[in-house]
Amino acid sequence: MSIMEYNGSAIMAMKGKNCVAIAADRRFGVQLMTLSTDFQKIFPVTEKVYLGLPGLATDVQTLAERFRFKVNMYKLREERDISPKTFAHMVSSTLYERRFGPFFCEPVIAGLEKDGTPFICSMDLLGCINHAKDFVVSGTASNQMYGTAEGLWEPELEPEDLFETISQAMLSAVDRDASSGWGVIVHVITPEKVITRTLKARMD
Amino acid sequence: MEALFGIVGKDFVVTASDRTSARSIVIMKHGEDKSRELNKHTLMLYTGEAGDTVQFAEYIQRNIQLYGIRNGIPLSVHATANFTRRELAESLRSRNPYHVSVLIAGTDPKTGKPELYWLDYLGAMVKMNFAAHGYASYFCMSTMDRYWKEDLSVEEAISLLKKCIAELKTRFIAQLPEFMVKVVDKNGVREIQL
Repeated sequence: MSIMEYNGSAIMAMKGKNCVAIAADRRFGVQLMTLSTDFQKIFPVTEKVYLGLPGLATDVQTLAERFRFKVNMYKLREERDISPKTFAHMVSSTLYERRFGPFFCEPVIAGLEKDGTPFICSMDLLGCINHAKDFVVSGTASNQMYGTAEGLWEPELEPEDLFETISQAMLSAVDRDASSGWGVIVHVITPEKVITRTLKARMD
Repeated sequence: MEALFGIVGKDFVVTASDRTSARSIVIMKHGEDKSRELNKHTLMLYTGEAGDTVQFAEYIQRNIQLYGIRNGIPLSVHATANFTRRELAESLRSRNPYHVSVLIAGTDPKTGKPELYWLDYLGAMVKMNFAAHGYASYFCMSTMDRYWKEDLSVEEAISLLKKCIAELKTRFIAQLPEFMVKVVDKNGVREIQL
Protein backbone atom coordinates (compact mmCIF):
# COMPACT_ATOMS: atom_id res chain seq x y z
CA MET A 1 0.00 0.00 0.00
CA SER A 2 1.30 3.46 -0.91
CA ILE A 3 2.27 5.91 1.83
CA MET A 4 -0.37 8.37 0.56
CA GLU A 5 -3.04 5.78 1.36
CA TYR A 6 -1.70 4.83 4.81
CA ASN A 7 -4.19 6.91 6.84
CA GLY A 8 -6.94 7.54 4.25
CA SER A 9 -8.68 10.80 3.38
CA ALA A 10 -10.99 12.57 0.93
CA ILE A 11 -11.15 16.33 0.40
CA MET A 12 -12.80 18.46 -2.25
CA ALA A 13 -13.54 22.11 -2.93
CA MET A 14 -16.14 23.68 -5.24
CA LYS A 15 -16.83 27.11 -6.69
CA GLY A 16 -20.28 28.68 -6.49
CA LYS A 17 -21.79 32.10 -7.17
CA ASN A 18 -19.79 34.46 -4.92
CA CYS A 19 -19.07 31.54 -2.61
CA VAL A 20 -16.84 28.49 -2.27
CA ALA A 21 -17.24 25.23 -0.39
CA ILE A 22 -14.65 22.82 0.99
CA ALA A 23 -15.43 19.40 2.44
CA ALA A 24 -13.46 16.56 4.02
CA ASP A 25 -14.15 13.15 5.50
CA ARG A 26 -13.41 12.61 9.21
CA ARG A 27 -11.73 9.20 9.32
CA PHE A 28 -8.32 8.50 10.76
CA GLY A 29 -7.08 4.98 10.31
CA VAL A 30 -3.97 2.90 9.90
CA GLN A 31 -4.41 1.08 6.60
CA LEU A 32 -7.75 -0.72 6.99
CA MET A 33 -8.23 -0.22 10.74
CA THR A 34 -10.28 2.86 11.67
CA LEU A 35 -9.07 4.48 14.88
CA SER A 36 -10.84 7.81 15.03
CA THR A 37 -13.87 9.43 13.40
CA ASP A 38 -13.31 13.06 14.35
CA PHE A 39 -9.94 13.75 12.78
CA GLN A 40 -9.36 17.34 11.61
CA LYS A 41 -8.18 17.68 7.98
CA ILE A 42 -9.50 21.17 7.14
CA PHE A 43 -7.84 24.13 8.83
CA PRO A 44 -9.00 27.76 8.79
CA VAL A 45 -6.23 30.06 7.56
CA THR A 46 -8.11 33.37 7.72
CA GLU A 47 -11.83 34.16 7.91
CA LYS A 48 -12.00 33.78 4.12
CA VAL A 49 -9.44 31.06 3.38
CA TYR A 50 -9.55 27.38 4.34
CA LEU A 51 -6.88 24.74 3.79
CA GLY A 52 -7.60 21.02 3.34
CA LEU A 53 -4.75 18.59 3.92
CA PRO A 54 -5.29 15.01 2.78
CA GLY A 55 -2.49 12.47 2.97
CA LEU A 56 -0.17 11.06 5.64
CA ALA A 57 -1.58 12.13 9.02
CA THR A 58 1.76 13.09 10.56
CA ASP A 59 2.45 15.46 7.65
CA VAL A 60 -1.12 16.80 7.81
CA GLN A 61 -0.49 17.85 11.41
CA THR A 62 3.05 19.08 10.79
CA LEU A 63 1.96 21.19 7.80
CA ALA A 64 -1.06 22.59 9.65
CA GLU A 65 1.28 23.77 12.43
CA ARG A 66 3.77 25.16 9.90
CA PHE A 67 1.14 27.18 8.01
CA ARG A 68 -0.35 28.52 11.24
CA PHE A 69 3.13 29.86 12.04
CA LYS A 70 3.79 31.20 8.53
CA VAL A 71 0.41 32.91 8.22
CA ASN A 72 0.80 34.52 11.66
CA MET A 73 4.22 35.85 10.62
CA TYR A 74 2.75 37.14 7.33
CA LYS A 75 -0.02 38.94 9.22
CA LEU A 76 2.44 40.58 11.63
CA ARG A 77 4.71 41.73 8.81
CA GLU A 78 2.05 42.88 6.34
CA GLU A 79 -0.63 43.99 8.82
CA ARG A 80 -3.35 42.39 6.68
CA ASP A 81 -4.86 38.96 6.04
CA ILE A 82 -3.26 36.76 3.41
CA SER A 83 -5.21 36.36 0.13
CA PRO A 84 -6.02 32.84 -1.09
CA LYS A 85 -3.84 33.28 -4.18
CA THR A 86 -0.82 34.37 -2.12
CA PHE A 87 -1.48 31.59 0.38
CA ALA A 88 -1.57 29.01 -2.43
CA HIS A 89 1.91 30.09 -3.49
CA MET A 90 3.08 29.98 0.12
CA VAL A 91 1.84 26.37 0.34
CA SER A 92 3.38 25.54 -3.02
CA SER A 93 6.86 26.81 -2.11
CA THR A 94 6.70 25.20 1.35
CA LEU A 95 6.09 21.86 -0.35
CA TYR A 96 8.73 22.41 -3.03
CA GLU A 97 11.32 23.24 -0.34
CA ARG A 98 11.14 19.53 0.44
CA ARG A 99 11.53 18.51 -3.23
CA PHE A 100 13.75 15.50 -2.50
CA GLY A 101 12.14 14.39 0.75
CA PRO A 102 8.54 15.51 0.38
CA PHE A 103 5.64 15.88 2.79
CA PHE A 104 3.14 13.21 1.74
CA CYS A 105 0.23 15.61 1.44
CA GLU A 106 -1.72 16.96 -1.56
CA PRO A 107 -3.43 20.14 -0.31
CA VAL A 108 -6.70 21.75 -1.39
CA ILE A 109 -7.25 25.48 -0.86
CA ALA A 110 -10.60 27.29 -0.97
CA GLY A 111 -11.28 30.92 -0.28
CA LEU A 112 -12.63 34.27 -1.40
CA GLU A 113 -10.39 37.04 -2.76
CA LYS A 114 -10.65 40.57 -1.30
CA ASP A 115 -13.17 41.53 -4.02
CA GLY A 116 -15.24 38.41 -3.32
CA THR A 117 -14.18 36.27 -6.32
CA PRO A 118 -14.10 32.57 -5.50
CA PHE A 119 -10.71 30.84 -5.47
CA ILE A 120 -10.01 27.11 -5.40
CA CYS A 121 -6.92 25.11 -6.21
CA SER A 122 -5.28 21.79 -5.49
CA MET A 123 -1.65 20.74 -5.45
CA ASP A 124 0.47 17.63 -5.70
CA LEU A 125 2.91 16.69 -2.95
CA LEU A 126 5.73 18.69 -4.59
CA GLY A 127 3.66 21.87 -4.76
CA CYS A 128 2.56 21.94 -8.41
CA ILE A 129 -0.61 24.08 -8.40
CA ASN A 130 -3.74 23.06 -10.30
CA HIS A 131 -6.35 25.80 -10.83
CA ALA A 132 -9.90 24.83 -11.77
CA LYS A 133 -13.02 26.75 -12.72
CA ASP A 134 -15.41 24.23 -11.18
CA PHE A 135 -14.05 21.88 -8.48
CA VAL A 136 -10.87 20.21 -7.20
CA VAL A 137 -10.48 16.87 -5.39
CA SER A 138 -7.69 15.14 -3.48
CA GLY A 139 -7.16 12.05 -1.34
CA THR A 140 -7.69 8.30 -1.51
CA ALA A 141 -11.23 8.74 -2.86
CA SER A 142 -10.18 11.16 -5.61
CA ASN A 143 -11.32 8.90 -8.46
CA GLN A 144 -14.76 8.54 -6.92
CA MET A 145 -14.95 12.29 -6.17
CA TYR A 146 -14.14 13.17 -9.79
CA GLY A 147 -17.11 11.07 -10.83
CA THR A 148 -19.64 12.43 -8.35
CA ALA A 149 -18.51 16.07 -8.63
CA GLU A 150 -18.50 15.89 -12.42
CA GLY A 151 -22.05 14.60 -12.33
CA LEU A 152 -23.51 16.99 -9.74
CA TRP A 153 -21.71 20.31 -10.13
CA GLU A 154 -23.21 23.15 -12.15
CA PRO A 155 -22.14 26.80 -12.52
CA GLU A 156 -23.46 29.74 -10.46
CA LEU A 157 -24.74 27.79 -7.45
CA GLU A 158 -26.03 29.75 -4.44
CA PRO A 159 -24.48 28.91 -1.03
CA GLU A 160 -27.27 26.52 0.09
CA ASP A 161 -27.34 24.74 -3.29
CA LEU A 162 -23.56 24.53 -3.29
CA PHE A 163 -23.71 22.98 0.17
CA GLU A 164 -26.17 20.35 -1.06
CA THR A 165 -24.07 19.62 -4.16
CA ILE A 166 -20.75 19.19 -2.34
CA SER A 167 -22.39 17.17 0.46
CA GLN A 168 -24.03 14.70 -1.92
CA ALA A 169 -20.85 14.45 -3.99
CA MET A 170 -18.80 13.68 -0.85
CA LEU A 171 -21.27 11.21 0.67
CA SER A 172 -21.54 9.22 -2.56
CA ALA A 173 -17.78 9.24 -3.15
CA VAL A 174 -16.62 8.12 0.30
CA ASP A 175 -19.10 5.23 0.33
CA ARG A 176 -17.11 3.70 -2.52
CA ASP A 177 -13.74 4.07 -0.74
CA ALA A 178 -12.77 1.87 2.20
CA SER A 179 -10.05 4.26 3.44
CA SER A 180 -12.20 7.37 3.90
CA GLY A 181 -15.63 8.33 5.16
CA TRP A 182 -17.12 7.95 8.69
CA GLY A 183 -18.72 11.39 8.53
CA VAL A 184 -18.08 14.53 6.52
CA ILE A 185 -17.45 18.15 7.48
CA VAL A 186 -18.46 20.94 5.07
CA HIS A 187 -17.54 24.64 5.15
CA VAL A 188 -19.30 27.07 2.81
CA ILE A 189 -17.47 30.41 2.65
CA THR A 190 -19.64 33.41 1.71
CA PRO A 191 -18.70 37.12 1.87
CA GLU A 192 -20.78 37.52 5.06
CA LYS A 193 -20.09 34.31 6.98
CA VAL A 194 -18.79 30.76 6.94
CA ILE A 195 -21.39 27.99 7.25
CA THR A 196 -19.94 24.87 8.89
CA ARG A 197 -21.92 21.63 9.11
CA THR A 198 -20.99 18.05 9.92
CA LEU A 199 -22.75 15.24 8.07
CA LYS A 200 -23.39 11.70 9.15
CA ALA A 201 -22.25 9.20 6.54
CA ARG A 202 -22.43 5.42 6.46
CA MET A 203 -20.65 4.42 9.64
CA ASP A 204 -19.29 1.13 8.33
CA MET B 1 3.64 -8.85 19.94
CA GLU B 2 3.49 -6.32 22.78
CA ALA B 3 0.26 -4.69 23.89
CA LEU B 4 -0.69 -1.29 25.31
CA PHE B 5 -4.17 -0.19 26.38
CA GLY B 6 -5.78 3.01 27.55
CA ILE B 7 -9.39 3.56 28.63
CA VAL B 8 -10.83 6.94 29.60
CA GLY B 9 -13.27 6.99 32.51
CA LYS B 10 -15.23 9.61 34.43
CA ASP B 11 -12.27 11.46 35.96
CA PHE B 12 -9.39 9.05 35.35
CA VAL B 13 -7.64 6.99 32.70
CA VAL B 14 -6.92 3.29 33.15
CA THR B 15 -3.84 2.06 31.33
CA ALA B 16 -2.38 -1.39 30.89
CA SER B 17 0.77 -2.75 29.34
CA ASP B 18 1.97 -6.31 29.10
CA ARG B 19 5.04 -7.13 31.18
CA THR B 20 7.05 -9.26 28.81
CA SER B 21 10.15 -8.04 27.05
CA ALA B 22 10.67 -10.15 23.95
CA ARG B 23 13.33 -10.35 21.29
CA SER B 24 12.39 -12.34 18.20
CA ILE B 25 10.91 -15.62 19.50
CA VAL B 26 12.56 -15.44 22.91
CA ILE B 27 11.06 -13.85 26.02
CA MET B 28 14.01 -12.02 27.55
CA LYS B 29 12.30 -10.77 30.69
CA HIS B 30 9.09 -10.96 32.74
CA GLY B 31 7.98 -8.05 34.86
CA GLU B 32 8.99 -5.15 32.61
CA ASP B 33 7.25 -1.82 33.22
CA LYS B 34 6.65 -0.14 29.85
CA SER B 35 5.60 3.22 31.24
CA ARG B 36 7.13 6.42 32.57
CA GLU B 37 5.55 9.10 34.74
CA LEU B 38 6.12 12.35 32.81
CA ASN B 39 4.88 14.54 35.63
CA LYS B 40 2.45 14.15 38.52
CA HIS B 41 -0.64 13.86 36.35
CA THR B 42 0.70 12.39 33.09
CA LEU B 43 1.74 8.85 32.24
CA MET B 44 3.33 7.66 29.02
CA LEU B 45 3.18 4.05 27.83
CA TYR B 46 5.55 2.99 25.10
CA THR B 47 6.29 0.09 22.80
CA GLY B 48 8.38 -0.40 19.68
CA GLU B 49 11.99 -1.06 18.80
CA ALA B 50 13.99 -2.32 21.78
CA GLY B 51 16.53 0.30 22.79
CA ASP B 52 14.66 3.20 21.21
CA THR B 53 11.74 2.88 23.58
CA VAL B 54 13.27 3.59 26.98
CA GLN B 55 15.72 6.11 25.51
CA PHE B 56 12.89 8.08 23.90
CA ALA B 57 10.54 7.80 26.88
CA GLU B 58 13.16 9.09 29.32
CA TYR B 59 14.18 11.89 26.95
CA ILE B 60 10.55 13.06 26.86
CA GLN B 61 10.16 12.54 30.61
CA ARG B 62 13.20 14.70 31.42
CA ASN B 63 12.17 17.50 29.06
CA ILE B 64 8.69 17.60 30.57
CA GLN B 65 10.24 17.65 34.06
CA LEU B 66 12.59 20.45 32.99
CA TYR B 67 9.68 22.52 31.72
CA GLY B 68 7.94 22.10 35.08
CA ILE B 69 11.03 23.20 37.02
CA ARG B 70 11.84 26.16 34.73
CA ASN B 71 8.34 27.58 34.64
CA GLY B 72 7.06 26.51 38.03
CA ILE B 73 3.92 25.15 36.39
CA PRO B 74 3.52 21.64 35.01
CA LEU B 75 2.85 21.09 31.31
CA SER B 76 -0.75 20.06 30.52
CA VAL B 77 -1.48 16.65 28.99
CA HIS B 78 -2.43 18.22 25.64
CA ALA B 79 0.83 20.21 25.53
CA THR B 80 2.83 17.14 26.54
CA ALA B 81 1.25 15.10 23.74
CA ASN B 82 1.94 17.86 21.23
CA PHE B 83 5.56 18.10 22.33
CA THR B 84 5.99 14.33 22.00
CA ARG B 85 4.32 14.37 18.58
CA ARG B 86 6.73 17.00 17.34
CA GLU B 87 9.74 15.07 18.63
CA LEU B 88 8.53 11.95 16.78
CA ALA B 89 7.71 13.85 13.59
CA GLU B 90 11.12 15.56 13.54
CA SER B 91 12.89 12.29 14.32
CA LEU B 92 11.05 10.57 11.44
CA ARG B 93 12.98 12.59 8.86
CA SER B 94 16.32 12.42 10.66
CA ARG B 95 19.22 10.06 9.98
CA ASN B 96 18.10 7.57 12.66
CA PRO B 97 14.43 7.87 13.55
CA TYR B 98 12.96 6.58 16.81
CA HIS B 99 10.65 3.62 16.19
CA VAL B 100 8.37 4.08 19.18
CA SER B 101 4.57 4.05 19.57
CA VAL B 102 3.16 5.72 22.65
CA LEU B 103 -0.02 6.36 24.58
CA ILE B 104 -0.15 9.48 26.73
CA ALA B 105 -2.71 9.37 29.51
CA GLY B 106 -3.42 12.01 32.11
CA THR B 107 -5.79 14.43 33.76
CA ASP B 108 -5.73 18.13 32.98
CA PRO B 109 -4.07 19.93 35.93
CA LYS B 110 -6.65 22.77 35.76
CA THR B 111 -9.97 21.15 34.88
CA GLY B 112 -9.21 17.60 36.07
CA LYS B 113 -10.58 16.19 32.81
CA PRO B 114 -9.09 12.84 31.75
CA GLU B 115 -7.33 12.73 28.37
CA LEU B 116 -5.79 9.97 26.29
CA TYR B 117 -3.60 10.51 23.22
CA TRP B 118 -2.54 7.87 20.70
CA LEU B 119 0.72 8.49 18.81
CA ASP B 120 2.49 6.28 16.30
CA TYR B 121 6.17 6.35 15.32
CA LEU B 122 5.36 8.57 12.31
CA GLY B 123 4.12 11.31 14.59
CA ALA B 124 0.38 11.12 13.98
CA MET B 125 -1.49 12.17 17.11
CA VAL B 126 -5.13 11.42 17.88
CA LYS B 127 -7.18 12.03 21.02
CA MET B 128 -9.22 8.96 21.87
CA ASN B 129 -11.61 7.60 24.46
CA PHE B 130 -9.98 4.19 24.31
CA ALA B 131 -6.85 3.14 22.51
CA ALA B 132 -4.51 0.23 21.93
CA HIS B 133 -1.13 -0.30 20.32
CA GLY B 134 0.37 -3.36 18.71
CA TYR B 135 -1.36 -6.52 17.52
CA ALA B 136 -3.71 -6.15 20.48
CA SER B 137 -5.47 -3.31 18.68
CA TYR B 138 -6.68 -5.71 15.96
CA PHE B 139 -8.37 -7.84 18.60
CA CYS B 140 -9.52 -5.30 21.16
CA MET B 141 -10.66 -2.09 19.40
CA SER B 142 -13.93 -3.85 18.58
CA THR B 143 -14.33 -5.04 22.16
CA MET B 144 -13.84 -1.50 23.41
CA ASP B 145 -16.14 -0.11 20.69
CA ARG B 146 -18.87 -2.40 21.98
CA TYR B 147 -18.49 -1.86 25.73
CA TRP B 148 -17.00 1.62 26.22
CA LYS B 149 -19.36 4.35 27.32
CA GLU B 150 -19.04 7.83 28.76
CA ASP B 151 -18.35 8.34 32.50
CA LEU B 152 -17.11 4.82 33.28
CA SER B 153 -16.31 4.08 36.92
CA VAL B 154 -12.93 2.55 37.82
CA GLU B 155 -14.58 -0.85 38.37
CA GLU B 156 -16.33 -0.71 34.97
CA ALA B 157 -13.13 0.33 33.19
CA ILE B 158 -11.20 -2.51 34.86
CA SER B 159 -13.89 -5.00 33.83
CA LEU B 160 -13.66 -3.72 30.22
CA LEU B 161 -9.90 -4.13 30.40
CA LYS B 162 -10.38 -7.70 31.63
CA LYS B 163 -12.65 -8.39 28.64
CA CYS B 164 -9.86 -7.18 26.33
CA ILE B 165 -7.23 -9.33 28.02
CA ALA B 166 -9.57 -12.34 27.89
CA GLU B 167 -9.98 -11.74 24.15
CA LEU B 168 -6.20 -11.80 23.72
CA LYS B 169 -5.96 -14.99 25.78
CA THR B 170 -8.48 -16.81 23.54
CA ARG B 171 -7.64 -15.48 20.06
CA PHE B 172 -4.06 -14.14 20.04
CA ILE B 173 -1.26 -16.57 19.24
CA ALA B 174 1.33 -14.99 21.56
CA GLN B 175 1.02 -15.42 25.29
CA LEU B 176 0.87 -12.29 27.40
CA PRO B 177 0.58 -13.71 30.90
CA GLU B 178 0.95 -10.56 32.95
CA PHE B 179 -0.25 -6.96 32.66
CA MET B 180 0.77 -3.88 34.57
CA VAL B 181 -2.35 -1.80 35.21
CA LYS B 182 -2.13 1.83 36.26
CA VAL B 183 -4.75 4.46 36.98
CA VAL B 184 -4.08 8.15 36.38
CA ASP B 185 -6.38 10.59 38.16
CA LYS B 186 -6.16 13.93 39.96
CA ASN B 187 -4.20 12.32 42.80
CA GLY B 188 -1.51 11.08 40.43
CA VAL B 189 -0.55 7.64 39.16
CA ARG B 190 -1.23 4.44 41.08
CA GLU B 191 -0.78 0.78 40.24
CA ILE B 192 -3.69 -1.65 40.48
CA GLN B 193 -3.55 -5.41 40.85
CA LEU B 194 -5.96 -7.17 38.48
